[in-house]
Amino acid sequence: MIPEIGHFALLLGLALALYQAAAGFFGAARRAPRLMESAGAAAIALAGALAVSFGALIAVYVQSDFSVAVVVGNSHSAKPLLYKIAGAWGNHEGSMLLWSLMLALFGAMVAVFGRGLPPTLKARVLGVQALIGVAFLLFIAFTSNPFARLDPAPLDGRGLNPLLQDPGLAFHPPLLYAGYVGFSITFAFAVAGLIEGKIDAAWARWVRPWALAAWMALTLGIALGSWWAYYELGWGGFWFWDPVENASLLPWLAGAALLHSAIVCERREAMKAWTVFLALLAFSFSLLGTFLVRSGVLTSVHAFASDPERGVFILAILVLTVGISFALFAWRAPSLRATVVFSPVSRETALALNNLLLTSAALAVLIGTLYPLVVDALSGEAISVGPPYFNLVVGALFLPLLIIVPFGPRLAWKRAQIAQAATQLWAAAGVALVIGIAVLALQTKGPWLAAVGIALGAWLICGALSDLAERSRLFRVSFGTSLSRLAGLPGAVWGSALAHAGVGVTVLGVVAATAWAEESIKAMKAGDIADIGPYHVTLVEMAPVQGANYIADRAVLKVERGGAAVLTMTPERRFFPVSRTTTTETAIHTTGFSDLYAALGERMEDGEAWTVRLHYRPLAPFIWLGALLMAAGGALSLLDRRLRVGAPSRRIVATPVAAE
Amino acid sequence: MTRKQRRFAFLAGGLVVLGIAAALVLFALRDTIVFFYGPGEALARLEDGQLRAGQRVRLGGLVEGGSVEKPAGGPIVFVITDGTSNVKVTFNDILPDLFREGQGVVAQGTFGENRVFIADEVLAKHDEKYMPPEVADALKKSGRWKEGEAGGPPAPGGAP
Repeated sequence: MIPEIGHFALLLGLALALYQAAAGFFGAARRAPRLMESAGAAAIALAGALAVSFGALIAVYVQSDFSVAVVVGNSHSAKPLLYKIAGAWGNHEGSMLLWSLMLALFGAMVAVFGRGLPPTLKARVLGVQALIGVAFLLFIAFTSNPFARLDPAPLDGRGLNPLLQDPGLAFHPPLLYAGYVGFSITFAFAVAGLIEGKIDAAWARWVRPWALAAWMALTLGIALGSWWAYYELGWGGFWFWDPVENASLLPWLAGAALLHSAIVCERREAMKAWTVFLALLAFSFSLLGTFLVRSGVLTSVHAFASDPERGVFILAILVLTVGISFALFAWRAPSLRATVVFSPVSRETALALNNLLLTSAALAVLIGTLYPLVVDALSGEAISVGPPYFNLVVGALFLPLLIIVPFGPRLAWKRAQIAQAATQLWAAAGVALVIGIAVLALQTKGPWLAAVGIALGAWLICGALSDLAERSRLFRVSFGTSLSRLAGLPGAVWGSALAHAGVGVTVLGVVAATAWAEESIKAMKAGDIADIGPYHVTLVEMAPVQGANYIADRAVLKVERGGAAVLTMTPERRFFPVSRTTTTETAIHTTGFSDLYAALGERMEDGEAWTVRLHYRPLAPFIWLGALLMAAGGALSLLDRRLRVGAPSRRIVATPVAAE
Repeated sequence: MTRKQRRFAFLAGGLVVLGIAAALVLFALRDTIVFFYGPGEALARLEDGQLRAGQRVRLGGLVEGGSVEKPAGGPIVFVITDGTSNVKVTFNDILPDLFREGQGVVAQGTFGENRVFIADEVLAKHDEKYMPPEVADALKKSGRWKEGEAGGPPAPGGAP
């Protein structure tokens, strides 16, 4: 019964989305207030219907109802509850339903929180949002019904891929989807703005919080995914430039550019067409990412069994969305002239440069990701573009970007003095330079570029601190006054300082954990010793372990540092009988400033020795700490009411909208 | 500066940055791409000199049943096959969890002088039903690919 309720709610959602699209567009065209209001009501009802549908899916998973095909394929009665629930989105059908639910939730949020929006704009935003919803709900209904029944029902399921049975991965897809789908709102605003032919400061003010929220969720989602890969795959790496990772990085880069250009658009009414372009681009990248993951056209660690029919359907959605929206952009953008001028030295220019570099980086990643497909189509040769390409190109583009970051907040709008900003930043530059030179002098191995990277990270952190110091007039007024000024700084200022410092922290982590990593892979018998970093690691014994739904071999490693015992690490190799798969459970000892990482490989043929892989990665935790800081910065900025309260209201009644 | 000059300066500046980025992309692409071959194709290319020992390639095919050796003290050895040609692979690291005899695999590394492939990276996928597209193509080329075989074509269903 529950699956039928879920299926019915899904189809009801499709009908509601169709109605919402029609009511939104016709209501706005005819200026029919009741029709436009009904689009909002439909958006809320749609979110309700899909919540019921998704709730039903979770319910069948929790009950282990093995008459439902996806439950059989991805669940098992002997599985911890968390993974029964997470299993609901740990597969294609469920994850597409989650995607649609998020889309509907964001639509409902526009309907609820968008009271101050001009009615026609709001109706059109809801209309665009609903059209995207219709496309994905049709996709689910026709190619990926999560409620399909099996007859006869098997006694038990095939289990969830053990690699996915992990708390990090249970929450990775929802966060990533919140980010992907969040950009549908900025996309809908951009399309609605283009239809209305009016992009102004108020428009940017409504768009920015959504861009910020989506970007935050995406930041957390990507960080969680990278962390999961780090501790679960057992390779010791945190980023592989895998096509699917790149696919999530693309909207992240475009989103980062968008939330900066929206500031210019909001404060200065400049870069309007560009901001709209980025809003379209960010969501196009999100769809591209979905297509790459779902179609399996690229070889990737994430490429799961896929179905060509589904790939074609998503490709059609992608082509239609991108084609229509960019055609609309080409038609309408020439009318979006900036009304203000700014000097080549100004905050506008700094932000424009930021956008240019971020977008170039996104395009370079896009080219590297799709190049193998193009070569395959043209010459039939299979090639791959690996980490060296991405490291070189993204590194070279990020170097100037990161250098200008601390200047941005210190430059005035419209016309600024480089010299003035430089005098405010000399302390930060000095500290960064000293740290860089010290690293260069002290390091015994690793490239000189590592010292540049560390100096850059320090520059970003010190630059953010000096921005706060300047604004609180530290050392120029009494300390107490400074503190109270500091506390009184707007959330957006704190947010940008925190996020920029977060970028610096991540840079430190990435550089140090790459340049000074140590690695030891060897066959070890009980009593064997490996030295790595400052640690002295002894394999004490191998012990068999019986887990909830697996059996495991556990290595007991005694870790000593400077002659004193630090701890015992127990990496495991787990075998899951239900799915006949093996997973590596790594053991990580972190001091906060470095990680010691141990993974257990296979038993050698002599029956006594096991492959043991050890990594020592200095500053590795900083990689994810930085991402947390970026997201926290976004949250602080989002909480800053100052920037949204008192937005100039648009007089849509007095002046007819220039829609022709 | 007049308005026109200013706009021109911005445009020119933007184009310079984009130009540098494009040059960077082209330069990096030329030097860093890695070709993928099946065992038969790789051996043929080694034969006629199109592929040199020491050049980075990705080698894909099926892990030959019964070929995996894990000698104590030495690297892991296995054979990648497309049904007609075989390449011996050595690998001095931990095999991925889904590495299985008879299943699809992609190894990245270089050929040594003796036609033994020295892999520094071995990829087997998250999902046992999954076959890397290049491997499927390579197997099709050698006429080995059949419907429903172990490690055969992708079946519907999957995960994110």
